[in-house]
Amino acid sequence: MAKVKGAIVIDYEKCKGCVICVAACPTSVIEMAKEVNSKGYNYAYPANIEECTGCNNCAIVCPDGVITVYRAKVEA
Amino acid sequence: MLAKDIIKPENLVYQKTKLMTDNVLSYCPGCGHGTAHRITMEVLEEMGIGDETIGVAPVGCSVLAYEFMNIDMQQAAHGRAPAVATGIKRCYPEKFVFTYQGDGDLAAIGTAETIHACNRGENITIIFVNNGIYGMTGGQMAPTTLPGMRSSTSPYGRDVNLMGNPLKMTELVAQLPGTSFVSRQAVHTPKHVRKAKKAIRQAFELQKQKKGTTFVEIVSNCNSGWKMTPVQANQWMEENMFPFYPLGDIKVPE
Repeated sequence: MAKVKGAIVIDYEKCKGCVICVAACPTSVIEMAKEVNSKGYNYAYPANIEECTGCNNCAIVCPDGVITVYRAKVEA
Repeated sequence: MLAKDIIKPENLVYQKTKLMTDNVLSYCPGCGHGTAHRITMEVLEEMGIGDETIGVAPVGCSVLAYEFMNIDMQQAAHGRAPAVATGIKRCYPEKFVFTYQGDGDLAAIGTAETIHACNRGENITIIFVNNGIYGMTGGQMAPTTLPGMRSSTSPYGRDVNLMGNPLKMTELVAQLPGTSFVSRQAVHTPKHVRKAKKAIRQAFELQKQKKGTTFVEIVSNCNSGWKMTPVQANQWMEENMFPFYPLGDIKVPE
């Protein structure tokens, strides 16, 4: 059966580190970085990207719209 | 399959709409304004009316909305956005006109303009972001502040005997004959964002049919004003704001 896999790209420089995407992600893909961006925010980054299903949840709750979502079907 | 194989233009499912500019939003981290801006612009993009829409920005945190929304915008005096929108709509009846206002703007200084625009049934859409506080000026008590809620001018909580009761603007305008669609939504979880987007879409569809004023309230957080983290503020909002400001459609056309 074909499996759906996703990937997200986060604009680290525009991320304000509000953590709302971490709460919204059903598969715990996103974590907060220990490093900061040039504005001084601990940005979100896709730590467990292999778990991503491309469900869009993080992108549609992101107040700053910094997340882009990709999704592809993978033959298992 | 590796992430870099998935990240290709043909697999793209979601990106920020072109109707939002690339400027960094001036809002605090986690503020609901950004999401409310984006879903409004997504609705305009999906309906293909970005070039035919004129927005009216308020005074408050979202005073710079015209910097972020890549459409024609006008900035109104404090509270007067529905009056300005009335003028624009009457000059350009074929354009889509909406106002984007906060609670300090719409429910305090702009109460008269809002109620009269809704009562006249102007064909405009009003998007009302309610966070129960004056966020921009430092978290003072607003007309929509909940009873017992702390703010910088009610540090022991809002005492309704002294400071009056909170104002439910959405229920108020729902009673007016000029409004056709009145709804209250939120944007703190994916489910609520999808519902709020649907409500805004319906509001613009009804404006297209010239059905009268459409009014969408978005209950939002103000984590800086409430002195909480964004996630805590969203939880506090669910526990305290939603019982007082219940979500859902309050008035729908028959």
